[in-house]
Amino acid sequence: MKNFADAGIRFYLILVLVFLYLPILVMALLAFNKSPLYALPFEFDLVWFKALAENDRLLKAGLNSVLIALANTVIATSLGTMAAVAFGRYTFRGKTMMQALLFPPIAIPWLVIGTAMLVFFFWIGRAIGYPGIARGLHAILLGHVALSLPYVIFVVGARLNDYPKALEEAAATLGATPWQVFRRISVPILAPGVVAASLFAFAVSFDQFVISYFLAPPGVTTLPVEIYTSIRKGFTPEINAISTIIILVSMGLMLIVARFYRFGGERSGNE
Amino acid sequence: MSEVAVKGAVKRYGPIAALDGVDLTFADGEFFGLLGPSGSGKTTLLRAIAGFIELDAGEIRIDGTDISRIPVHQRNIGMVFQNYALFPHMNVAENIAFGLDVRNVPAAEIKQRVGESLDLVRLAGLEQRRPKQLSGGQQQRVALARALVTRPQVLLLDEPLSALDKHLRQEMQVELRRIQRQIGITTIFVTHDQEEALTLSDRVAIFNKGQVVQAGSPRVVYERPVDRFAAGFLGEANFLDGRVSGIAGGVARVALSTGGEVLTPANELGVNDAVLIALRPEKISIDPAPAGVAAMPNRILGTVSAAIFSGSSLTYRIAVGDRIFIVFEQNKSRAPLPEHSTVMLEWPTADNVVVKS
Repeated sequence: MKNFADAGIRFYLILVLVFLYLPILVMALLAFNKSPLYALPFEFDLVWFKALAENDRLLKAGLNSVLIALANTVIATSLGTMAAVAFGRYTFRGKTMMQALLFPPIAIPWLVIGTAMLVFFFWIGRAIGYPGIARGLHAILLGHVALSLPYVIFVVGARLNDYPKALEEAAATLGATPWQVFRRISVPILAPGVVAASLFAFAVSFDQFVISYFLAPPGVTTLPVEIYTSIRKGFTPEINAISTIIILVSMGLMLIVARFYRFGGERSGNE
Repeated sequence: MSEVAVKGAVKRYGPIAALDGVDLTFADGEFFGLLGPSGSGKTTLLRAIAGFIELDAGEIRIDGTDISRIPVHQRNIGMVFQNYALFPHMNVAENIAFGLDVRNVPAAEIKQRVGESLDLVRLAGLEQRRPKQLSGGQQQRVALARALVTRPQVLLLDEPLSALDKHLRQEMQVELRRIQRQIGITTIFVTHDQEEALTLSDRVAIFNKGQVVQAGSPRVVYERPVDRFAAGFLGEANFLDGRVSGIAGGVARVALSTGGEVLTPANELGVNDAVLIALRPEKISIDPAPAGVAAMPNRILGTVSAAIFSGSSLTYRIAVGDRIFIVFEQNKSRAPLPEHSTVMLEWPTADNVVVKS
């Protein structure tokens, strides 16, 4: 009876994973299929990756995405880490309230946030009688930073909470100056959290569609926006090829996040 | 080594005084326990000595030098934290070496002193382990070695043994005492475990509401508590209240409000003074009441309302009128006295300690 139940549970979980992965797998496989009409039988060819390499629009959009994601990673990680340290190591009036206010933006639909940003970026120009922020890569970057900040604060904050203030206090009693405490205790302990947070920030920005779509002026696109535009014009396995690359990069990032974030700085158990 | 003197220490958090005029002197080489309920100010005082808290008023001197304005890292103190606060990203040797490393001690000397410290706490051979790979007792030893390797003037211990189980705690108490004696360092420790305070300390101070209620050797504080709080906090006590009905030959006769009489050393008492007497449960002898026995001074008749067996000892709850007396008895060969039986409680005059209410 027990074996039967175990087999049932296994079968169910396999179904769940199939549900998650089947479309992605099929899409990735078809990136290597020669037929432009997704026709079977399967015939292995790298023709779509070659086409991709010559597609200037997609490549330019891809470059934009990477640049924005990198800039976002640096800015959001720095600002977010400082905020997390402020929340984790200091007490001040209104702290609980301010911490609680970090949650809602995550729950607000991107569509709404994107609309709000678009309207605001134009409105502020009119309000102060200046071109304002309007649309453009800089506006997309601003939007992404705002979007990824709460994630960075949570990820770094969680790491910070795992380690008591007493560690820094202990270092001070041992004669370490505030700078030595920061460099030799705080930084190494926080590092895994900061790395995880920066990968998160990169992923949030790189995968972002709605806000980028709203804030991109004509002629400027990011990769997700460009993919969307291409799909509307007509489907070729080139899209499969670029998607496969994105998936591999994203999965790689997430695996690194899991490694740093879940298992902390030192592995449990024996090394 | 070093003497630590605290004078007129005051620290307020809003309307609450965490320290409300504390004067204490910790003698050179002394092992001093700070005892009290949570929020009584003991931890605040320890953290003020460490430098994490700035006093609103008063001063802290180490060997005559006022350290109130000196930042933590320049104070030359060693501290062991409640959960040890070992650096998780460093191994045992690196943890211990940290205090020497930040002071730019030469590598060869660091190696030698780390080795000596490991010998002192009996952990040689575990240099390469990470804190997570150590047992609670071993982590405690590393924390102690790390705090002592810089040769501080004062050692501060914040509930050092509270995270250990009972057996390990007793073992570490002996170990802590041995190491402290060997080095002769002035040691101040905070605990809420009264037994630990009595076992380890040369002197203890009992804190309540930001003030020192009583300071002295464990024996004096236990045997001669000054007030109801001290008597009730350190160990258990029966409290008897009454009025002095007569004094003769240095002994005061006190008529209890619940009926019955006790005798107590007269000291400064006068006739008709209202007094509160603390009586330790283990000072009372308990026996079945013989037929026809009458109450007399320092002898009370009561009935057993509960006999609680705890292995080596018995705790009796004895109903006397509407009051309950607590009595401890060693578990000798006699069977526990049955519930509802009438018993006779007796104790010597000297054990009636007059305390402030």
